[in-house]
Amino acid sequence: MKTLLSMAATVLFGMYASTAVAGDPEKGAKIFKKCKACHAVGDGAKNKVGPQLNNIVGNAAGAVEGYKYSKALAAQADAGLIWDETALSEFLKRPKAYMPGTKMSFSGLKKESDRENVIAYLATFSDTETLAAAPAEEREVTLSDATLSIEGDVAYGEYLASDCQTCHQVSGASDGGVPAIVGWPRVEFVYAMHAYKQKVRPNPVMQMMAGGLGDEEIAALAAYFEGLE
Amino acid sequence: MKLTRRAFIGTTAAASLSAPLVNAGGHGRPKVVVIGGGAGGATAARYIAKDSKGEIDVTLVEPSRQYYTCFFSNLYLGGFRSMDSIGHSYGTLAAEYGINVVHDWAVGIDRGAKTVTLAGGSTLNYDRLILSPGIDFIDGSVPGWDVSSQNAMPHAYKAGSQTELLKRQIESMPQGGVYAMVAPPNPYRCPPGPYERVSMVAHLLKEINPTAKILIADPKPKFSKQGLFEEGWQKHYGGMIERIGPDFGGDNVSVDAGAMTVTIDGSVEKVDVCNVIPAMKAGRICEIAGITEGNWAPVSAHTMQSRIDENIHVLGDASAQGDMPKSGFSANSQAKVAAMAVRGALTGSKVFPAKFSNTCWSLVDTDDGIKVGATYKATDEKIAKVDGFVSKTGEDAALRKATYEESIGWYAGITSDMFG
Repeated sequence: MKTLLSMAATVLFGMYASTAVAGDPEKGAKIFKKCKACHAVGDGAKNKVGPQLNNIVGNAAGAVEGYKYSKALAAQADAGLIWDETALSEFLKRPKAYMPGTKMSFSGLKKESDRENVIAYLATFSDTETLAAAPAEEREVTLSDATLSIEGDVAYGEYLASDCQTCHQVSGASDGGVPAIVGWPRVEFVYAMHAYKQKVRPNPVMQMMAGGLGDEEIAALAAYFEGLE
Repeated sequence: MKLTRRAFIGTTAAASLSAPLVNAGGHGRPKVVVIGGGAGGATAARYIAKDSKGEIDVTLVEPSRQYYTCFFSNLYLGGFRSMDSIGHSYGTLAAEYGINVVHDWAVGIDRGAKTVTLAGGSTLNYDRLILSPGIDFIDGSVPGWDVSSQNAMPHAYKAGSQTELLKRQIESMPQGGVYAMVAPPNPYRCPPGPYERVSMVAHLLKEINPTAKILIADPKPKFSKQGLFEEGWQKHYGGMIERIGPDFGGDNVSVDAGAMTVTIDGSVEKVDVCNVIPAMKAGRICEIAGITEGNWAPVSAHTMQSRIDENIHVLGDASAQGDMPKSGFSANSQAKVAAMAVRGALTGSKVFPAKFSNTCWSLVDTDDGIKVGATYKATDEKIAKVDGFVSKTGEDAALRKATYEESIGWYAGITSDMFG
């Protein structure tokens, strides 16, 4: 898989060299691990917490079908923002500084080479004719169908959510190191909470909060937060 | 903080326009009065008003028009926050949630008649009363200090003008001068607070007065996040901070505000700033209501109801509830349990089992944040700890910076959860 992917990347890298995408897509694939909690890319990629990223490089912002963008991004998209390498690089450097109000809770990639590489990696997925095969879907934790199919009780979720809202703002605003969690697809919410519960994700506050929740409670929270805008 | 005795009725007119929906006790919409507009009271008022959707008439009594949070006030001392950035008004609670915000002091409670008397002379009726008055100081706990000494020797343990005064005094210290802190005995508001304050004072002094000394007289043998603070003090402020614990007389302290001296176990120290944080008790209104045992107001963990009067709920620092530390986060968490119980009692809404959580972040120096937290459940006896964590010594700089950034996110979160 890895070999195939890097072969494809190498071939495509050749194609994109002429459009001045300067990075190394192989290195970019490693950087992209930081993005994978929220973004999918590749053949068949679906929207998660963030939009899927096929055809992102060089194309109009805010154009992924079925994804609900922040007001900030929607406004810039209306104003004609194109995700060329320069714009993407500025955004990825410090997302909240470049686009105040963005839903993307990511502090940024400080190193220019990291940004160049990850953009080069994304560029390999930005030509529909030769779309590289997606890396196999890797979830951080394995959950049973029974766990994933629990219908969350929204009213219960609303009560439980009051505990979350000491840090996570119900308006969807986000400050400092605390991400916005409203409007997430529920399956993403469920995976994220179980990843904390199983201590795969490192934050001790979230490990503790998720650790105190059962499967039903996580499902209830996921259902409640999915319905918030 | 400027305290006004003039009552200000926020949205009485707007609120009285809505039709009464539920009749409790035969006098229109059920009435909830909340005393104290901090992390406990503001949160409880907001959740009851929001979730009852107009079925409950909520009045919030708070003397200050502009509320300065105690949490993050140490960061003001360190120069990391402005005073404005930790100030909040009650405008949204009045305008968007229909809460009657009354800026006055509650001076009397008649539990039989279920009324609250305000300093301005008016009387409020309640079906349920929520007391979230925070702390007051115990007279005589530090010999030589009483509230009349607070200008010479500020406590700065209620944020606002006291915090500003303390900062001015620190900035005016002579080069090489001494800042002394008399630390409080347990239990008290914000267990890591005094030690975060020492860190922030040290940060300020390192910039403007690097030869100054910090002296802590502490009656406690150990304190919250001690290993983490001591590691940070050594790393960032080596040699500046000296703590005298009870084994060296830190529990035998008196002060003289006129002479600006601190006497520790008989030895007199002349100091330039003396930050006296006395022993604490529940805000005085709890004593007036007659619901305290000892210094605090005991409550049921399931609902935060007073053990003495089931029509009164007590939140936050003032309550004796069990294992939770006295913190803004705890008060906010307890407020949600109380709000649910109050709505259940007055409107029959569904009541879920109580759950509580707390995390306390502290800043040691620039981008060096640490934290401690726990989750709790209600038992018949008390709020009981379930699980917890604490930062570790030797963590790398990136993690400490992330912890500090998380605290900034938390501050924005909790203040929007309190004030809307």
